[in-house]
Amino acid sequence: MTTTPVIEAIDETTGSQGRPPMNVVYEWLTTVDHKKIGLMYIVYALIFLVIAGFQAILMRIQLAVPNNHFVSPQVFNQLFTMHGTTMVFFVGMPILFGFGNYLIPLMIGARDMAFPRLNAFSFWISAFAGVLLYFSYVGGSGLYAAGTAPDVGWFAYAPLTAKIFSPGHSTDYWTLAVFLSGVGSIGTALNIVTTIISMRCKGMTMGRMPLLVWLYLVMASLVFVTVSPLTAAQIMLTLDRYLGAHFFDTQAGGSAVLWMHFFWIFGHPEVYVLVLPAFAFVNEIVPVFSRKAIFGYPAMVAASVGIGFISLSVWAHHMFTVGLGPAGNTFFVFATMVISVPTGIKIFNWLATIWGGKVIFATPMMFCVAFLFQFLIAGLTGIMLSAAPFDWQLGNSYFVVAHFHYVLVGAILFALFAAFYYWYPKVTGRMMSEKLGRWHFWLFVIGFHLTFDFMHVPGLLGMPRRIYTYEAGRGWETWNLIVGIGAIIQTIATLIFVFNLVRSYFKGEVAGHDPWDAWTLEWATTSPPPSYNFAVDPTINSRRPLWDLKHPEDSDSSYE
Amino acid sequence: MKTASAIPIDGTMETPWSLPYRGTVGMACLIVAEAAIFIIFIVAYIFYIGKSLSGPTPAQVLELPIFGTICLLSSSITVHFAVSALRKQDFRTCTIHLAGTVLLGSIFLVTTAQEWYHLIHNEGLTIRTNLFGTTYYSLVGLHASHVVVGLIMLSLTLGFSLTGRVTEEHSEKLEVLSLYWHFVDAVWVVVFLVVYVLGR
Repeated sequence: MTTTPVIEAIDETTGSQGRPPMNVVYEWLTTVDHKKIGLMYIVYALIFLVIAGFQAILMRIQLAVPNNHFVSPQVFNQLFTMHGTTMVFFVGMPILFGFGNYLIPLMIGARDMAFPRLNAFSFWISAFAGVLLYFSYVGGSGLYAAGTAPDVGWFAYAPLTAKIFSPGHSTDYWTLAVFLSGVGSIGTALNIVTTIISMRCKGMTMGRMPLLVWLYLVMASLVFVTVSPLTAAQIMLTLDRYLGAHFFDTQAGGSAVLWMHFFWIFGHPEVYVLVLPAFAFVNEIVPVFSRKAIFGYPAMVAASVGIGFISLSVWAHHMFTVGLGPAGNTFFVFATMVISVPTGIKIFNWLATIWGGKVIFATPMMFCVAFLFQFLIAGLTGIMLSAAPFDWQLGNSYFVVAHFHYVLVGAILFALFAAFYYWYPKVTGRMMSEKLGRWHFWLFVIGFHLTFDFMHVPGLLGMPRRIYTYEAGRGWETWNLIVGIGAIIQTIATLIFVFNLVRSYFKGEVAGHDPWDAWTLEWATTSPPPSYNFAVDPTINSRRPLWDLKHPEDSDSSYE
Repeated sequence: MKTASAIPIDGTMETPWSLPYRGTVGMACLIVAEAAIFIIFIVAYIFYIGKSLSGPTPAQVLELPIFGTICLLSSSITVHFAVSALRKQDFRTCTIHLAGTVLLGSIFLVTTAQEWYHLIHNEGLTIRTNLFGTTYYSLVGLHASHVVVGLIMLSLTLGFSLTGRVTEEHSEKLEVLSLYWHFVDAVWVVVFLVVYVLGR
C-alpha cells in the first residue's frame, strides 16, 4: 500500500481589486488563461440563453390562444429560426466548452490548455459569430434597408435557402455565423483533445482520468467528424448563393435531399456532442453526493465511446418522411435503437452508484436526480420516434419538438444547472444559496413538466411544428395554454437562478477549497484557483487522488 | 492573498512519465477535421457524377494532370528529407530540401492554374455551367487552397531557414508541418482518383 505524501503549497493570487477598470477590461480581452476564457464562454452563453429564452416566450405567447396575432407570420419564422440556431450554436456549444475549458486542466493537474492562444482565438471567433447572427436584425437586407433576421429554420432546408427564395443577406448572416461558430468549435475541440492527451499530470493514466475528462475527450473527438461536415455544407451553400454553383439547386439537377443528409450528418451527432458533457457533469456529481465511488468506471468509458461511434450512423432517422426505401429505413431504425443500449448502461450505472450510498440531497444532486428521470423519458420517446412507421405519423409534429426539448432542457439544462451549483464555489470561492436553489429547482421542475409533458399531446393530436397560429376547435387550445404557463414558470425559476448567481458572488457563504468533500484534483487547489492552478505539479496514484489524501489508511491506489 | 492548499505529490514514480508532443496531437486532430470536410466534398462529387443536365462532361474536357501529380507527390519526399536532415543537424540539406518542396508545390499550383485557364477560356466551363463545374471547381479549389496554405507556411520556414534561424530544437515543429503537407498530398491522391479516374 502506498500513501500519498502531501505538500502544503503557498498559492499567491494577484487580486484584481484596486486596479483601474480599464486594466481589468484589458486583462480579460487579452487573456489566454483557460479559466478566464472558460468563464467568458459561460457568460457569453448565458447572455444568449436569455435572448433565445425570450424568443421562446414570445412564441409561446403567440401560440397560447388560437387565432392570435401577437406576432406576424414573418416574425414567427424568424423567432423559431433564431431560437434554434442560438440555442444550439451560441448557448449549448459555448457553455459546454466553457465548463470544459475551466475544468479539464484543473482535473488533470495541468496549468493550462495545450494551446492557450488558439483557445482565445476560438472563443473570440465564436463570440464574433454570435454577434454576426444578431447583426442580421440590422443589416439583413443590406445596411440601407430595414433589416430582417434569417427565417429559414435552424436546419435551413434547400431550396428555401436559394437566392430566389431567400433574397437579401439574412440567410448569409446565418451561414457565416454557423460557419464561424464551427471554426471556433473545431479549434476548441482540438485544444481539448490535445490537452487531455498531452498535458496530464504524473500518474494520470487514461484509466485514472476523471470520467468528466473521458467524456469530454469523446465529445471533442466527435466534434471533428460532426461540425466539419456542416462547415463543408455551409461552404457549398455560400458557393450556391454567391457564385451561382448548383449543389442544392434542383433546377440544375442539384439535390435538396443532399443538404438534408449533410445537415443531419452534423445534426444528429451534435445532440450527442451536447449531451455527453451533461453526462460528464452527472458522472462527477452523483458519486460525490452518494458518498461512493462511481459504479462501473470501465463500463462508463466503454459506453461513452460506444455512443460516440453509434451516433455517427443514425442521422437519417431525421429523414424517414423523405422516403429512404426499406433498406435505408431498416438500417437507421436499428442503428437508432442500438444507441439506447450504451445509454441504458449509463443510467443503470448511475442508479447503482446511488444505490446503498449515503445520499445527500444538496441542490446539485437534486438536479441530477431530476436529470435521471427526465433523460429516461426523453430516451423512451426517442425509441418511439426511431420506429419509422411511428415517425411517419408524427414527423414534424409537436411530439418531435417535445421529445428533443425533453433531451435539451430536461437532461442537458438540468445537468448544467447541477454543474453550476456544484462548481460555483470553486470558481468564485463562495457557495450558492441552497434556499434559493430549492426554489429554483422546484419551480423549474414544475414549469418544465407543465411545458414539455403537455407539449406531446398537441403533437399526437396532429399539431405540426412551426405554424404561427391555429384555429379554435381542433382540441389544441388547452394544451398550448398549459405549455405557455409552464414556460412562464420556467422563466421565473431561471430569474431566481440568475439572481442567486449574482447575489452569491457578493454574499454567499465562503466555500474554502473543498466544500463538497470531493475527490478530484480541482478541489485540491484554492477557490478560486490561482492563475497557474497548482503551485507544484500534482502526482496521483488512483482515480480519486483527494480520497487518498484524506484517507491514507484506505487509499484507492491499494485496490487498483 | 495567500492561502495554503494541499496538493497530492508523490516523488516515487514506478515508470518514467512521457506524453505525446502536443503539436503532433493537435495536427492529427486538425487532419481528422479537415478529412471530414474533404469527405463531404468528395461525396458530393461522386453523388453528382453524370447528373449534369448540360455539357461539357468530364470525359470531353479533363486530361490527366500527370506532371503536376508527380511534382506534388515528390514534394512529400523532399519535405520528409528536410525533417530528417534537421534532426541530424544538417541545416544545409534541410534548407535545400525545403526549397525543393516549395518549388515542387508551386509547380503543382501552376499546373492547376493552367488547367483552370484552359477549362474556363477554351472549354467555357465555370462553376455556374453545370453540376460537373460546380463540384469540380469546389473540390479541386478546396484542395488547391490547402496547398496554398501549406506553401505559405513552408515558404516562411524556408525564409527562417535561409537566415539561419531554424535549429535542431525546431525539428518537432517542422515535423508537424510536414504532417500537414503529407495530408495535403494524400488528399490529392483521392481527388485524382475520384475526379480524373472514376469521374471520367
